[in-house]
Amino acid sequence: MTEETPEQRGVDRDWSGIRRSANGRPLEWIAEKMIQGVSFTAIAGVFLIFLFVGKEAFPVILSQTDSRLIQPIIPASQMATTPPEVLQRYLGLSVREFKALDQETLKDLMQAREDGSKDIPEYARSDPDSGVNGSGWSYLLTPHQWSGYDRPQYIWQPVGNIQKFNIIPLFVGSLKTTLIGLFFAVPLALAAALYVSQLAPVRVKEWVKPGIEMLAGIPSVVVGAFALLVLATWLQSLFHYEVRLNAFVAGIALGFAVIPLVFSIAEDALTSVPKSYVQAALAVGASRWQAARDIVLPAAIPGVFAAVVLGFGRAIGETMIVLIVCSAPVMSWNLFDSARSITTTIAAEMGELVPGSPHYRILFMLGTILFAVTFLTNLLGDFVINRLKRRLEGKR
Amino acid sequence: MLTMKNKLLLLAASLATAVQVLGGSITIKGSDTMVVLAQKWAEAYMQKTPGAKVQVTGGGSGIGFAALQNGQTDLATASRPIKAKETENCIKSFGKRPTEYKVALDGITIYVNPVNTVTQLTVDELEGIYTGKIKNWKDVGGPDIPITVYSRENSSGTYEFFKEHVLKGKDFAASAQTQQGTAGVVQAVMKDKGGIGYGGVGYASGVNRLKIAKTKGGTYFEPSEEAVLAESYPLWRYLYIYVNPAVNTGEVSSLLKWIRSDEGQKLVSEASYYPLPASLRAK
Repeated sequence: MTEETPEQRGVDRDWSGIRRSANGRPLEWIAEKMIQGVSFTAIAGVFLIFLFVGKEAFPVILSQTDSRLIQPIIPASQMATTPPEVLQRYLGLSVREFKALDQETLKDLMQAREDGSKDIPEYARSDPDSGVNGSGWSYLLTPHQWSGYDRPQYIWQPVGNIQKFNIIPLFVGSLKTTLIGLFFAVPLALAAALYVSQLAPVRVKEWVKPGIEMLAGIPSVVVGAFALLVLATWLQSLFHYEVRLNAFVAGIALGFAVIPLVFSIAEDALTSVPKSYVQAALAVGASRWQAARDIVLPAAIPGVFAAVVLGFGRAIGETMIVLIVCSAPVMSWNLFDSARSITTTIAAEMGELVPGSPHYRILFMLGTILFAVTFLTNLLGDFVINRLKRRLEGKR
Repeated sequence: MLTMKNKLLLLAASLATAVQVLGGSITIKGSDTMVVLAQKWAEAYMQKTPGAKVQVTGGGSGIGFAALQNGQTDLATASRPIKAKETENCIKSFGKRPTEYKVALDGITIYVNPVNTVTQLTVDELEGIYTGKIKNWKDVGGPDIPITVYSRENSSGTYEFFKEHVLKGKDFAASAQTQQGTAGVVQAVMKDKGGIGYGGVGYASGVNRLKIAKTKGGTYFEPSEEAVLAESYPLWRYLYIYVNPAVNTGEVSSLLKWIRSDEGQKLVSEASYYPLPASLRAK
């Protein structure tokens, strides 16, 4: 007699041989499927947001946008002699939109375009850069010698007659503030986590832990305002730099937002290291400090690393603090110069834009890039964490 | 006790009333500069005309135009004239150009720190400072302090005005620090000995206001009502309201008319802007 497999019997049996199939517990099955559905919605949501942002950015990525000041004009009087396809493309309408408009409206539209080009002031019209399409990739990434400048420069000046969209200063700004924030926050947060989880007496721990975690509850607007009004003045009187509101102040303020995040994740990781490790270390004569540094910290390193990666994500994605403290798009690696981060740029400029304009699309492209950067960092972080875990478990 | 069905009916009924109320009200959206002013107008108008309902939101001049184009607002306030592209979008969506009304005047004021001994500048000197050519106050007759330039975010209508009329289209110095609102600029200048900033006249508390002359050797003027109305103060602009001509009837048109009447213009001074000259007011 052959043994029936579970499938043949139509019943799932797990390793213990107990029936746990859907037939037995329909409600549990429904609940399970619902939870599954919700988790997939989250993934779908992330994907859809990326798709939406990417769609808006697509024309920039393909260099289809045109931010030239002087555009070719077809006078309204020549409407009758212009072929409809040319007219439709010239006015930037879809075929359906074009068909829906009557002749008079079309003429008015052409007139508006013509009037708009007449409104361009003479000084801008005669500018040698008036025919430059600043939204092309070479202008986005490499320095260009614009009229009125004595050498090629990276310039983000997106508003005005001649729009300059170099995104490099924004990346430098984001990196500068994020790195300062991390260099300030990570050592402090990790030291605090190690102290609270391993060395502090219970009474101290009960006060310090909620205290630091309470920092996370302070809205970033408040942190930003504090940095603008108080921190900037303190730091200036301490370091005597020239520019009062700079990347350094913003980075330190960012640090305040990052500390509680890194602290609580790292503290959890350190606390979950089995007590027996410490006891064993103490038994062979290690001091508490040696046990914490040489046994607990290495054992918890995947969690600690995860904390740092999440801290990076938080810092590079933080908008409000940098927006309040400093936002001049200076191309400089000097920490005591101002900076403008990518998120700041998107938040501050998006509101006033004509949808579909090159500037609008470039902001969406910045969003896409930011998304890609955080995604890749998290992916890389995960990879490193997994490797660390495997090494800890002795698997190579 | 209410049954479930009754509860649902009640909810539906209250939703319906809410929608009705919204349908009967006038919405004003747009310029952040003008939010306070529009709010004042709305309150006074609602008090004057029983049954009228006026809702005011800010967001920025560009947001106002976008909402006007989508039909989400009846009136769009703006601290700058409409751009060609925005006119085109309006024509595309409702077939007509929006009607423009000038509703007030504004003098852009230059702020400096109270310890600064400089009291007046020409427009050219301002241009030099804001483009980064003039870097120290001693170059314009002040103390030997480096100049820190404060500016507004580039989404602001004031920023564009300044770029066009003071910098004549040139770029702001990259080191110009941008602030979210005029209050932020004033705050920063107040804390910074070498600071200079620009914004509305109503915000200038705790900082010094500079007198401005069109050219070297010209007369320096304070941004006072007389100087702005006489156009002798060089940095002034109109504030606007735009409306879709199709909705410019009934309550909307009477509100617009009232805003430009003597009564409506009185509130302009209360919001520390300058009222329209008599020739531009509604009769």
